[in-house]
Amino acid sequence: MELRTELPEVFADFSEARKQGFLAVKDLKEKGQPVVGVYCTFMPEELVLAGGAVQISLCSTSDETIGDAEEDLPRNLCPLIKASYGFAKMDKCPYFYFSDLVVGETTCDGKTKMYEYMQEFKPTYLMQLPHTRDLEGGKQFWRSEMIRFKEKLENFFGVEITEDKIREAIQLKNRERQAKQDFYRLGQLNPPALSGSEIFQVMYGSQYKFDKAEVIDMLETTTAKVKAEYAAGKRLDSKPRILVTGSPIGGATEKVIRAIEENGGVVVAYENCTVAKAVERLVDENEPDVYQALTDKYMNIGCACISNNNPRKELLSTMIDDYQVDGVVDMVLQNCTPFSVESLQIKRFLNEEKHIPYMYLETDYSTADIEQINTRVTAFLEMLEA
Amino acid sequence: MDYIGLDSGSTTTKGVLFADGQLQAKYLVPTAGNPRGAIETVLTHLKADAGDTDYRLITTGYGRKLVEADLVITEITCHGKGAEYLHPGVQYVIDIGGQDCKTISLNGQGNVLDFNMNDRCAAGTGRFVEVMMGTLGEQIQVLDNFVADATPVKINSMCTVFAESEVISLISKGEAREDIALGTLEAIAKRISGQYAKLRPKHGETVLFTGGLSQSQAFSKVLSEHVGAPVDTNPLSQFAGAIGAAQIGMKKLN
Ligand code: SF4
Ligand code: SF4
Repeated sequence: MELRTELPEVFADFSEARKQGFLAVKDLKEKGQPVVGVYCTFMPEELVLAGGAVQISLCSTSDETIGDAEEDLPRNLCPLIKASYGFAKMDKCPYFYFSDLVVGETTCDGKTKMYEYMQEFKPTYLMQLPHTRDLEGGKQFWRSEMIRFKEKLENFFGVEITEDKIREAIQLKNRERQAKQDFYRLGQLNPPALSGSEIFQVMYGSQYKFDKAEVIDMLETTTAKVKAEYAAGKRLDSKPRILVTGSPIGGATEKVIRAIEENGGVVVAYENCTVAKAVERLVDENEPDVYQALTDKYMNIGCACISNNNPRKELLSTMIDDYQVDGVVDMVLQNCTPFSVESLQIKRFLNEEKHIPYMYLETDYSTADIEQINTRVTAFLEMLEA
Repeated sequence: MDYIGLDSGSTTTKGVLFADGQLQAKYLVPTAGNPRGAIETVLTHLKADAGDTDYRLITTGYGRKLVEADLVITEITCHGKGAEYLHPGVQYVIDIGGQDCKTISLNGQGNVLDFNMNDRCAAGTGRFVEVMMGTLGEQIQVLDNFVADATPVKINSMCTVFAESEVISLISKGEAREDIALGTLEAIAKRISGQYAKLRPKHGETVLFTGGLSQSQAFSKVLSEHVGAPVDTNPLSQFAGAIGAAQIGMKKLN
């Protein structure tokens, strides 16, 4: 591949990664590389890597196949679940097609039940995620699920997953997380060095590059380059600094990022999956029990599917300070019960403890509400500037 | 310098002219599916009132981007400032427009602290009442007299289309039409008070009620019962958005 060095080209390269990845994964398959497809950031990629497989994120962010999904699933279901199922059922997600095994998880009820149908046409394995992090039993159970998953991978692919291999994978994933953090934390610069769209493009695209060493390298180079240009005086205008939190964002819902940035704000931070939620905390490399280390990491992802959700509040709190955030937008997918119910807690926490303006924004994968989103977001930005 | 505030709403288009800081003129025309035309009509009148004086135009409302303006501000911010003009120090606003409903909390100086908007569903907007009155064969203008001595019938449907069929079946059951009308006011007030509660308002604090439906005393009364607080209206309340726009212009463009 030709080496691209100018930043706009680097960003474009990341944003095309998903499409380019289709061919890359086809290549990998032809070389006999096992592939595991996943939907959620609770999945311990370390085990997949230790098993010599590649883990990829399956398509779930556009409304293309929602109509097809609604033939089997209720209409008033979260669009992410419908899209996941629709792409799979219609065989429109090449990543799904090339996945030897799809691994789901019992996060929210809608998704859990959806997998029962997916199982009908694809080898689908489910990790049972406990819904509390307050009980010792829950953590022990999650640890046993790590081991059960490891055994599943061993049997399915006919490999042996040793603790040494897991330890190696932990180190590699931590290096990748570190490289991602170093990049998206560029959002802390004030005045900003990057727009929120650029930060998002890179983070979203980096999921679709399968050679970890290469991703780490690309991220590090990009970060260094942005820092150098910033030091040389290149920066964006100061605008109200927005943190986005809530349901997973990407694809169709990038309309929310555009609405914020086209109406006078800048997204400096994302607490959502894809960016900080699952990347922020590293796996403890000094913990002798690798399964315990993974359990601790993956039990503490601040997802609304688990109670309590203090990790989300803690992360929000630090991010608001570190990124000098002026306002928080909680983007919730329509019919996403966990995040919509949790929104009041987040609002209370932000208003009363962090004294920071909060806006709840419900949306789906359609383009029908763009004007409404523009009005709400603009009103919120006007409120921050008043 | 004169300031023209223009609020292009889905049902009506409103404009006000401020000269020397005083409200000089106001116009309201139906939008009637032609927001651009309605804006032009209002502007022609107000420009004539401004005469030779130079003016600045500030637009708001859902058609706010249809004309070239010196400043474009969302209806939320404008309603906040407009409410402050109509009722200095007010902290809560409920605005029921033709096709949306906004609830806003203010800092006591017209600056927005929090807001909610329903612009997806006709239930909970002026449109709902209009459709129901139409089904009952009455004009919305006579609403207050019509429901004066009524006892409300319970309407269960929240969707405008289903509520309409519910109203039809209530009529055929022989329920008094005015009781049904009052029932629809109860239904929408209940829905709006739910949206209002999301602001977590201080209990019993006065609410300024604006928008077309605030012309109705009967509805203000029902709304007051549902939100559990005094509800104030103002003869100029339909102009709150336009007034707010002009007020913001006076401050920002000076
Ligand atoms: S929001 Fe929760 S369930 Fe959804 S992808 Fe993220 S971690 Fe998984
Ligand atoms: S967005 Fe919400 S409803 Fe949809 S899959 Fe994730 S947790 Fe479940």
